[in-house]
Amino acid sequence: MSCRRQVSFLLVPLAVALVACGSGSDTTTLNVSAAASLTNAFGEVEAAFEQAHPDVDVVLNFASSSDLVTQIVEGAPVDVFASADTKNMEKISAAGLVVGNPSVFATNSLRIIVAPGNPLGITGLGDLARPGLVYVTCDPNVPIGRYAQEVLDAAGVVVSPASFEENVKGVVAKVMAGEADAGIVYTTDVLAAGDGADGVDIPEEFNVSASYPIAVLESSTHSEIAGSFVEFVSSDAGMAILGRFGFGTP
Amino acid sequence: MSRQRGRRKAPIAIVIWAALAITFFSLPFIGILVRAPWSDLPDVVTDEAVRRALWLSLRTSLIASLFAGVLGVPLAWVLARIDFPGRRVVRAVATLSMVLPPVVGGVALFTSFGRRGIFGQYLDDWFGIRLPFSTAGVIVAQTFVAMPFLVLAVESAFRQLDLRYEEAAATLGARPFFVFRRVTLPSVRPALVAGFVLAWARALGEFGATITFAGNLPGRTQTMPLATYLALESQPERALLLSLVMIGISFAVLLGLRERWLTTALPEVRA
Repeated sequence: MSCRRQVSFLLVPLAVALVACGSGSDTTTLNVSAAASLTNAFGEVEAAFEQAHPDVDVVLNFASSSDLVTQIVEGAPVDVFASADTKNMEKISAAGLVVGNPSVFATNSLRIIVAPGNPLGITGLGDLARPGLVYVTCDPNVPIGRYAQEVLDAAGVVVSPASFEENVKGVVAKVMAGEADAGIVYTTDVLAAGDGADGVDIPEEFNVSASYPIAVLESSTHSEIAGSFVEFVSSDAGMAILGRFGFGTP
Repeated sequence: MSRQRGRRKAPIAIVIWAALAITFFSLPFIGILVRAPWSDLPDVVTDEAVRRALWLSLRTSLIASLFAGVLGVPLAWVLARIDFPGRRVVRAVATLSMVLPPVVGGVALFTSFGRRGIFGQYLDDWFGIRLPFSTAGVIVAQTFVAMPFLVLAVESAFRQLDLRYEEAAATLGARPFFVFRRVTLPSVRPALVAGFVLAWARALGEFGATITFAGNLPGRTQTMPLATYLALESQPERALLLSLVMIGISFAVLLGLRERWLTTALPEVRA
């Protein structure tokens, strides 16, 4: 008796765990890891792709490209990777984790993000060095952090950042919350911020054009569907969605 | 019959589950221990950036746990001893930050104490105090998430204290605060130590509220957890070693604690 009790004491939690983990659906899950700056655009790409492929459930995972690379290298089950720069994509293609050659599907430029109405009257890069102005950026290993540094170097502006955020959305959030006065982010981020923030243009001669490469990963268990997702992103329909969010065509 | 009267046999099912539990706790650490590039450890530990993050972490977490003690012990006493309407609500508020996702704590902090926060704007206008992106902000974030650990540990000790010693002291003419300082506090010392250490450990590991509220600037707000997380983006090996340093410090403290401080956060009640 007591032995049987003990067995059930052992087995019941196990059974509960197994039931809780099991999934009953027969749709294919496609895991897409995308750069944080693609958050809004890929949200719509997901909806459009799922409409065309009702049996596919696209699961989006957003973080800084460098973060995503770490996850992929550590064996995260990812089918498609979209990076905000070629450098991070090269890291995993050099490791032999990519199927074929990554293709560039979008471009992005940079703008200065400021509080709505630009209360501090920031007109250009030079103002970012103003004493007392709170400027935030990203770690130089994050694509936007490196791009921002390139832009400032090109313009010969030396800034003292108040914080190195973990991804571009962190910079946007700090400016929208009023904690920071300005930051350099993607054009698309200023657009996505809507009324929450304003943008100041960066002159063409200092600006950089960020290339967004996309690739199917070697570890993908649904490489065919992954391939059609990549095709969809680069198709006219995909480009139209990306264009609406401020991305340029390569 | 005799078996029941003798030393009790451990139920095998419980022992098996306990073994599973300890396996679950140990496996992740084994991963770090095996994968960490140990030969680089001296370089990383002496690295200027790491030393700054480590020093900042130790400093801020100690100050935060001191604040937690100075503010938390009186709060714990009030919660344990004074019966007032809304006490349950006050206790829930006092421990809310313990169960919140730390990022939510960070958001709560900057909407209140941020530069544009409902209180923070006055801190800035009147005193020129800006908590975001400052070391003080790190301490505020750490105190906010760590204090409940101390409050809970100490409150339960206050609650179970034998009141007769305090009554005796009062009968002998001791003033209430003297009784609190010389009789009450010493009798809950194990709980105080346990609460302090738990609060300190929580403060040392604080990540979400810190990066949300205080940002990430080396030397000023970049604590060890933040440095570890950012290292993961570019130099995963380095992140492993930083994790190792954190694990080493926390493990040493837990080992060094006398067992009774952790297991009996209750005072000895002599009947």
